[in-house]
Amino acid sequence: MTPPLPHGAGARARARVWVRSCSAAMEHIRTPKVENVCLIDRISSRKAAVGTLYLTATHVIFVENVSETRKETWILHSQISSVEKQATTATGCPLLIRCKNFQIIQLIIPQERDCHDVYISLIRLARPVKYEELYCFSFNPKLDKEEREQGWRLVSLHEEYNRMGVPNNYWQISDVNRDYQVCDSYPTEVYIPNSATAHIIVGSSKFRSRRRFPALSYYCKDNNASICRSSQPLSGFSARCLEDEQMLQAIRKANPGSNFIYVVDTRPKLNAMANRAAGKGYESEDNYSNIKFQFIGIENIHVMRSSLQKMLEVCELRSPSMSDFLWGLENSGWLKHIKAIMDAGIFIAKAVAEEGVSVLVHCSDGWDRTAQVCSVASLLLDPFYRTLKGFMVLVEKDWVSFGHKFNHRYGNLDGDPKEISPVIDQFIECVWQLMEQFPCAFEFNERFLIHIQHHIYSCQFGNFLCNSQKERRELRIQERTYSLWAHLWKNRADYMNPLYREDHNQTQGTLRPQTAPCNFLYKFWSGMYNRFEKGLQPRQSVTDYLMAVKEETQQLEEELEVLEQRLANLRKVQLNNRKENAKQQDRITHLGLSPAYNSIANTPQDYINGVKSFPSRSPSQGDEEDSALILTQDNLKSSDLDLSANSDQESGVEDLSCRSPSGGGCLPSEDSIRDPDSDEAVFLTV
Amino acid sequence: MPVPGTAAPLLPLPAPGRPSPLGHGFSNQRIPWLPGSQGSGHKHSLSRICAGISLLSQLSSCSQSSHRGWQRTLPGPCCLPPFGKGHVGAVSARCPVILPRLQLGAAALAMEFAELIKTAKVENVQLSCPQLPPVRGTLCITSHHLLLSSQPGANEEQGPLELWLLIRNVDSVEKRVANSMGTITLKCKDLKVLQLEIPGMEECLNIASSIEALSSVDSVMMMYPFFCRPRNMKLKDGWQLYPLQHYHQQIASQTDVWRLSCVNRDFAICRTYPPTVIVPASVDDNVLKKAARFRQGGRFPILSYYHKKNGMVMLRSSQPLIGPNKKHCQEDELLLSTVLQRGKRGFIIDTRSAQAAKQAQMMGGGTELRASYPHWKRLHRPLERGRPLQESFMKLVEACNDPSVSMDRWLSKLESSKWLAHVKGALSTACLAAQCIEREEACVLVHGAEGTDTTLLVTALAQVILDPGCRTLTGFQSLLEREWIEAGHPFHSRCAHSAYSHARLKQEAPIFLLFLDCVWQLGRQFPFSLQFSERLLLVLFEHAYASCYGTFLCNSEKERCLCETKEKTHSLWSWLNQPSEWKNLLNPLYTYNALVIWPSVEPQSLQLWQGLFLRWIRSSQYLDEAWAEIQRLQRNCEDGPEERSGCTLCHSQPDAAHPLPVTGTGNTG
Repeated sequence: MTPPLPHGAGARARARVWVRSCSAAMEHIRTPKVENVCLIDRISSRKAAVGTLYLTATHVIFVENVSETRKETWILHSQISSVEKQATTATGCPLLIRCKNFQIIQLIIPQERDCHDVYISLIRLARPVKYEELYCFSFNPKLDKEEREQGWRLVSLHEEYNRMGVPNNYWQISDVNRDYQVCDSYPTEVYIPNSATAHIIVGSSKFRSRRRFPALSYYCKDNNASICRSSQPLSGFSARCLEDEQMLQAIRKANPGSNFIYVVDTRPKLNAMANRAAGKGYESEDNYSNIKFQFIGIENIHVMRSSLQKMLEVCELRSPSMSDFLWGLENSGWLKHIKAIMDAGIFIAKAVAEEGVSVLVHCSDGWDRTAQVCSVASLLLDPFYRTLKGFMVLVEKDWVSFGHKFNHRYGNLDGDPKEISPVIDQFIECVWQLMEQFPCAFEFNERFLIHIQHHIYSCQFGNFLCNSQKERRELRIQERTYSLWAHLWKNRADYMNPLYREDHNQTQGTLRPQTAPCNFLYKFWSGMYNRFEKGLQPRQSVTDYLMAVKEETQQLEEELEVLEQRLANLRKVQLNNRKENAKQQDRITHLGLSPAYNSIANTPQDYINGVKSFPSRSPSQGDEEDSALILTQDNLKSSDLDLSANSDQESGVEDLSCRSPSGGGCLPSEDSIRDPDSDEAVFLTV
Repeated sequence: MPVPGTAAPLLPLPAPGRPSPLGHGFSNQRIPWLPGSQGSGHKHSLSRICAGISLLSQLSSCSQSSHRGWQRTLPGPCCLPPFGKGHVGAVSARCPVILPRLQLGAAALAMEFAELIKTAKVENVQLSCPQLPPVRGTLCITSHHLLLSSQPGANEEQGPLELWLLIRNVDSVEKRVANSMGTITLKCKDLKVLQLEIPGMEECLNIASSIEALSSVDSVMMMYPFFCRPRNMKLKDGWQLYPLQHYHQQIASQTDVWRLSCVNRDFAICRTYPPTVIVPASVDDNVLKKAARFRQGGRFPILSYYHKKNGMVMLRSSQPLIGPNKKHCQEDELLLSTVLQRGKRGFIIDTRSAQAAKQAQMMGGGTELRASYPHWKRLHRPLERGRPLQESFMKLVEACNDPSVSMDRWLSKLESSKWLAHVKGALSTACLAAQCIEREEACVLVHGAEGTDTTLLVTALAQVILDPGCRTLTGFQSLLEREWIEAGHPFHSRCAHSAYSHARLKQEAPIFLLFLDCVWQLGRQFPFSLQFSERLLLVLFEHAYASCYGTFLCNSEKERCLCETKEKTHSLWSWLNQPSEWKNLLNPLYTYNALVIWPSVEPQSLQLWQGLFLRWIRSSQYLDEAWAEIQRLQRNCEDGPEERSGCTLCHSQPDAAHPLPVTGTGNTG
């Protein structure tokens, strides 16, 4: 990442550049630089780093004073979810910054006045009011126009529907929504049953919340069953709509193998009933012929928001006891909600794959729970979505194109805090839970999910801006920003799951998660919610190791092939092959995995509760990675690669070996040997 | 039977006399663990062979179906063989020996047991267990086994299938009778649950009471290891693999401060210590004898671990007998102060709370007084033991087995069992001990009250953390031998019952299981650093509770001498160390790691050991496949340009696969 520069000069220089590019933000920066700021290690307060804090138009940067490391911690303004100023103490004024990617930064600023300035500035910087203030408009990865456009073309929904097999005899592509005439949160191209006329669609759309009429989300060409999505019907207590009923009939007819469809309302029944009083509600089996109606109780965005909040409070506890943690986790209800979403997805996948019945899914507006459930079901049904490319397509299809309100849900622009909710975070976690249960089924690894989550909040790429396709077109997003998918694709080597094989049986057909007793299958995802606390994570990454092994094997095989070929050639040409061979020999040795692989650095933790602690995790372990994730302005390559953070220090395969808590290649134990006295204190208190 | 995918509890055996049947039995390949070909190359089995402590964290591995199956079959079904891959060899060999005997009739084999067996044979019994199709056949009760052989049916050209269960493995027997049909639920010590449906009320009651009686035979000499004679194993093998002398030699090569003492020959000083112990060279046996009188059960401080890197040591003992009158003992003080020569500092880690130690004082025990041991600093780290620990185990197993628990109550049930809190406590204390030695460069003395439970938990765990030698397969066996078996952990009493028993608790406590769980957690956090896989830990768990080998019998070396276990039973190690078995216990990801492995003990980092507690409940198919995939990758890597070698570790150091015979210390360095 950024090379250490004398006293943050690098950061300053870069800051200056941005100043020019986004001078608008500058006016909100009350103080661009504060010295002698203390960055506290949350786990062990004894390890704190002193350094300089910079506020730039896009980032908060902390540069450590220690001359040899000069570690930098970068935080994007758009990642900041809250800034909290705490009571001033003798050492200074504490400032707590919580990030949307679950990083927590605790600073102590010597002067109260500086702290206040930083606080006021961050409050404003973290809540831009115009899209133009967002990072993606100033972010420049040094790609030319052609490359940028190519990036945006990487994921094409048109191709995706073709891949599914539509249009065909049953499904057509409709332009009824051109210019967003019917529904402004839908894409312009929608797929609808052949027998549904424009009249039916328009009629149906008038009978649905926000005019989100039933449209195709997934089509299973093996048995013609499909998953469609919509919003709730405006049925109130008794209203009917002929066109809407015809629309559902049309969906049923598009699947000749089945004489009914499931209508899945993903809300708890009580919520759906309450909606009836407001003139909305759900389909009655009496009015719609040949439907089977089903409630699946997923709670609303407000419940989910507070559930996450509660869970994060648990993650934030300092040395919690096992009871504190498990109780807190249970009380948050988070895993229960995850399971509810999974159950809904499993139900739908089963209906489609096993019963061959089409399903219409909706919730209230059809852009949150519906998106979660449709995408989980698609993921279970179709192995394509479990590939790297397929997953991008899936997010693009069920989330981006169908008007999931990214801006509102993830608070990209300052807005109503009640609109914020971790809807896609939950989907991402569902994917992770599935990865844990089916370790060979996904082409991508955990890091891929984490980086997507990061970028949903980072606003570094244009993909997730705005609330709908219509808004994105108006903003000319594709002309002015870059696509995340291209960026991830370029670095795909880092996101591969070494256990994935195209011919493995887990990569074939539908995934069928265990449903019977399965509570214990849902686990806390510390790799996400505690990901900045490296000490809590397993110290050795099996994924990276295996990936390296796999690559090495491949390389060796290639080498071998090349060698054999050359040898053959050499023999033919009767060249003196001594020199050549020696060269190859070298390469082979060079490729060999070294045992240094395992030289994991690790330091002891706090093994003593409540008492003053041993020096535990090294102070800023993970910082390197943090900053890696935080993306520097001018260094896209190193931007979100955890790997790259470490590869600075070592190269080649071996750099994996130092993916350890303390981030660097330093030997573990030495770190703490430096201050053995701190341990002593512990004992004295006993 | 068995379980979901993973392990096979009972084993389907091939027809007697045909050692390598291809089981077509009733399972028709639906039972994954059917003995397939015995060839270990069998794809299925291979894949699951190793258990894993893997990245996926829950790979469970035990499944190796076929093999296991085999084994179980044989001798002791449940218990032992399950894992056995090595068994394959053993099994087939054994069959002929054992089977014929059984065939001769239980009565002949086990006259002593005859009166306990009220009904030896019932036809048309149905055996079922969750997730597998039921099997119907003839049930036989022999002195040590429950055997179900399937009815000859249409598609069983290969002969009947047989399922064997070591009766010692049965933890509780529940019977229900209705309409002249009886149902017996057998809950096993390895946590699996089986159901037998028996026609005839009387037969049912007879079978139930026979199993109850046979499973609760308390006499060690009557147990199966004294009868089990696998053919290609020799009786004396494996008993002298890890003599303390070897461990002492390793220390002696570094320093002459420690000597072997035979002060306890004939177990005269301490009935729970082995005949030889390692003590400071400058302290003579007379001092030891006197110091022993000052320690409960005569367990005076002896060396448990020598840290080569800095020469620090870990000692263990039982509590000093301070008593209400604050007695002290010069010899004990001398012994401990000798250890701290040359300005070393020492920490005493008492595994009880300060208050509990004080209460113990009223009963004649206590803890070291500051004044008498001026250079030792005392730390109290209360660890759960005894009944509360057993109850914790029972609650956890109950929660895991309760299908009605909804998502919102699962975590609180898990919490209220407190098991993970005990894991956290044990790991933290072991880390504390390790830190004192490695970071503080101080010596450590660990004791609780008797010095046979939590004390050993802490000393053994600390060694796994500190010493790479203990993380190899042989090193770990040596550690168990030294720090658990010879050190006098009362396996017989502690493992008399497992989590299902309704019997009144006596001295049961899953201390050893807690240790295995902690080691599993280490393996999860450091997936490359243990040479053995989860499978080994599962095997050890099963064998500690019910085994056809003598390794975990009795409560102490003294008892083992009296029972002549080393002469009359086989050693678990010699079975595990057969090449066929051995390779299934390896972790394909292992790379020698000379460093101390400091685990995280935060709740976020500790997980329920699903491979053990949910082994019979959840399906592990996908995890097993992942494990197989890992092995495949690793194998490919090895096979690549280099020649195929039998060993799985391509990047491990040469000595890793066949590490030093004795490990305690390995090459720390």
